[in-house]
Amino acid sequence: MTSTSIETPLIGDLQSMTGNDDGPLAAVRVGVVTFPGSLDDRDAMRAIRLAGGSAVELWHGDHDLQEVDAVIIPGGFSYGDYLRAGAISRFAPLMEQITQAATGGADALPVLGICNGFQILTEAHLLPGSMIKNEHLHFLCRDQRLRVENADTHWTGEYWAGEEVVIPLKNQDGQFVADNRTLDELEGEGRVVFRYVGGNPNGSRRNIAGISNTAGNVVGLMPHPEHAVEAGFGPDSSARGEVGLRGGTDGLGIFTSVLRKLVG
Amino acid sequence: MTAEAMSRKFNIDTVANAEATPGQDLPWAALGLTESEYRRIGEILGRRPTGAELAMYSVMWSEHCSYKSSKVHLRQFGDKVTDAMKEHLLVGIGENAGVVDIGDGWAVTFKVESHNHPSFVEPYQGAATGVGGIVRDIISMGARPVAVMDPLRFGAIDHPDTARLVHGIVAGIGGYGNSLGLPNIGGEVVFDAVYQGNPLVNALAVGVLRHEDIRLANASGTGNRVVLFGARTGGDGIGGASVLASESFDSSKPSKRPAVQVGDPFAEKVLIECCLELFKASVVEGIQDLGAAGISCATSELASNGDGGMHVELTNVLLRDPSLTPGEILMSESQERMMAVVTPENVTAFEAIMDRWAVEYSWLGEVTDTGRLIIEWDGETIVDVDPRTVAHDGPVYERPYHRPSWLDRVQADAFDAEQPTDLRAAVLELMASPNMCSKDWVTDQFDRYVQGNTALAMPDDAGVVRVDEETGLGVAISTDANGRYSYLDPYEGARLALAEAYRNVATSGAEPLAVSDCLNFGSPEDPEVMWQFAETVRGLADACQELGVPVTGGNVSLYNQTGGVAVHPTPVVGVLGVFDDVARRTPSGWREDGQAIYLLGTTKDELDGSEWANLHGHLGGRPPALDLAAEKTLAAILVNCSRDGMIDAAHDLSEGGLAAVLSEMALRFGVGARIGLDELCERDRIDAFTALFSESQGRAVVAVPRSEEVRYNDMCTARNYPTLRIGVVDTENEALDLQGYFNLPLDQLREAHQGTLPRHFG
Repeated sequence: MTSTSIETPLIGDLQSMTGNDDGPLAAVRVGVVTFPGSLDDRDAMRAIRLAGGSAVELWHGDHDLQEVDAVIIPGGFSYGDYLRAGAISRFAPLMEQITQAATGGADALPVLGICNGFQILTEAHLLPGSMIKNEHLHFLCRDQRLRVENADTHWTGEYWAGEEVVIPLKNQDGQFVADNRTLDELEGEGRVVFRYVGGNPNGSRRNIAGISNTAGNVVGLMPHPEHAVEAGFGPDSSARGEVGLRGGTDGLGIFTSVLRKLVG
Repeated sequence: MTAEAMSRKFNIDTVANAEATPGQDLPWAALGLTESEYRRIGEILGRRPTGAELAMYSVMWSEHCSYKSSKVHLRQFGDKVTDAMKEHLLVGIGENAGVVDIGDGWAVTFKVESHNHPSFVEPYQGAATGVGGIVRDIISMGARPVAVMDPLRFGAIDHPDTARLVHGIVAGIGGYGNSLGLPNIGGEVVFDAVYQGNPLVNALAVGVLRHEDIRLANASGTGNRVVLFGARTGGDGIGGASVLASESFDSSKPSKRPAVQVGDPFAEKVLIECCLELFKASVVEGIQDLGAAGISCATSELASNGDGGMHVELTNVLLRDPSLTPGEILMSESQERMMAVVTPENVTAFEAIMDRWAVEYSWLGEVTDTGRLIIEWDGETIVDVDPRTVAHDGPVYERPYHRPSWLDRVQADAFDAEQPTDLRAAVLELMASPNMCSKDWVTDQFDRYVQGNTALAMPDDAGVVRVDEETGLGVAISTDANGRYSYLDPYEGARLALAEAYRNVATSGAEPLAVSDCLNFGSPEDPEVMWQFAETVRGLADACQELGVPVTGGNVSLYNQTGGVAVHPTPVVGVLGVFDDVARRTPSGWREDGQAIYLLGTTKDELDGSEWANLHGHLGGRPPALDLAAEKTLAAILVNCSRDGMIDAAHDLSEGGLAAVLSEMALRFGVGARIGLDELCERDRIDAFTALFSESQGRAVVAVPRSEEVRYNDMCTARNYPTLRIGVVDTENEALDLQGYFNLPLDQLREAHQGTLPRHFG
């Protein structure tokens, strides 16, 4: 079954989620994978569209990446987080295609995993470490300040190293853990991409909020940049100064980063 | 036939067996039926019921499903609806949820329901399945759910059992709602010892659909197939409606824990997507969710609302537990199940969608025109009834009621405690109190961002979500109730609850359009409770008529009492409003330096039933006076102000009065203000304490940009509504400066406001 036959009846037609303008970015096709239990897939597609690119629906059960230029694995509770967050999703047919395409150096397929997507990427061994339950044991939803530690990945080129952003965080299993050797390696290779600032919300080792693979094409992070892309529907604050009511759009750069990187 | 099937068949009470053994005793009392109800079933059938029939009647005739005690009163919601009120109503009371036209071909459906009893017995699952149930009601109408909110009431904050309930219920709502991808955009958290043995866990959901997509629960078209899909049927929730929700708790009885359903939010999320795909592909003729009374309810309601007949083979039901009896299968309230009616031509398309989402389904039977609901077990008839007698012709009781003898005494006992000398300390005490403190500890456990359309959420007055991304069309929702006001005067209490929810929606800038209610009361068998209920319905129906907003649906929860003590009458009222563009919604806090702060309305000495009186252990007197004509004018002013860009912030005054509103408006964005009370005290002939703590109605505080002050004042004058400039926004000093009284740094206020819940539950 091809994913074009998937009709998720929605408010706003997903099929027509192409870029706002006809500029070069609109030609970039970014796929968003829907698993059973994915929640923020439409939000990720909206973010791509607002960044100027074209969003493409991908279905976990397909074997075809539809020639997309990049892939986002969105947040949610795929398979209800049963067994372990991401543990079942990593076996989806499409994940095999993604894992293959994302491996092989800097020209490989750019992949972004957000929250549950990050969990899936660690389960698929595209990224090291794992996420366990927040140390306070609660689901936590809050506007979180992060520091962009590495602005050279495929997904962070629009920021500068050391820049701070405010992005919503919302999860139950968000505590990033890895053994010390892995953590040292991540730090040493500059693969810590985002770090929590102003208080660690979940006990993550070394305040790590997001990491990348060696080539920088695969990035995973727990906070949700797709919820800080549209003025009026984002956080109440921005690291860049005062913004209007729910006016924070600090997350948009993640999506424009990959579009610009792909346009060259 | 296998040996197992043979042995199961052996004990089945068939219709033939019922006819042959008229004298056989059935456990009608254990199923919650009265003797006269049992006799009536015999009269309807002309024989004794089979075990399976008895199971069906017992759940469908329960208080929870049949509204047998409340029906005679609830009629007023329909009787008092004018043609003008029906203007926006596409589907009214009676369906799974009402549907309201919001323009541009869009419609919304919303409903608030209770899950009180299960949540006390098993807080996590009770609260979780409460969310699940209301969301399935919304899907059944053909809508995509877009938001939820949860009005919650617990016992005393420091009671040893309260933490168990708070932790379980909050985690259950989060665990289920967050996994469905539904933003939680508001609600209430109230603590009062009166809810100790009976917490109120109400859940509201709102869904969005195009006009042409409305689905109704009926089984039409003889020969159409009946299918059950979603989760398998298990032994959970058996008797949930009849035994749990329709009786008072009594510690001498055995645990009712097995009557609580167990939720699987992942199954529900898949079910949502799967149903929406079914709707889009137009492959279902009718659809019904399975909630209270499970298959009994779905088959009898679908059949009686359609062509009148249905034929079902019950052994086709997919089971989680193969040892269930037919009666148990009919009564099971296993979650995440739906029943649909599909034409034979669409069977293949239906199955393809099920397979894609890996949802299990089983074809149970077909629609007939016989007027009978026939249920077979392995070919033998175990149910043969007129479905109307199950679904609609349940008993109706005119329960006796009378005004409580204690009410005069309570109403005469007005609040006259000595005023505090230190107003600054009084404000801090109020803002740290269980009911006025910050609810962040609760709401931070809910996802308010998912779907990307949340334009306002807690702590603002109403939750606002965008419906149409192109135009910005959207809706605002607020729920409110004040059990103390209703205790003092149930008629006025219901009207006050509606007025506050209506005011909240208008404060956000939306035009109030429709109402859903969840009426939480004690035992209807107590004539004093029944009087409270009757007065509440009368008050709410009258007020809806006066404000021109119809009740589109809701829920009644009775028997909320443990031992002999009933909860306060607590009508939770949800009001839905519409925005042409959510971009113009008004937040509840000010930000811009120098903006003028105005108080709309007048303040009287009205502290009876107030949060301040409650904080000092007093409940007596009369609730604040209500003028619905004034509320309408105030709402019109607030909506116009939003539309014409005349205000940048607004907050309605209710519990905690002006003291709470000024504190919350300052804390919303951490911006201080200078406030002067002298002119207000002089105009309204009150003292500063009354100005701060009175809960007079028809009031709101707004922040007006300097450039808009003339226009704003002109509008209030034109509408003849009192308004008074009481201060100015001050970004320099991070403090609430009540000139001549006190200066309260926001850090200190914030600490008091935010520390309470973490201290008790952190």
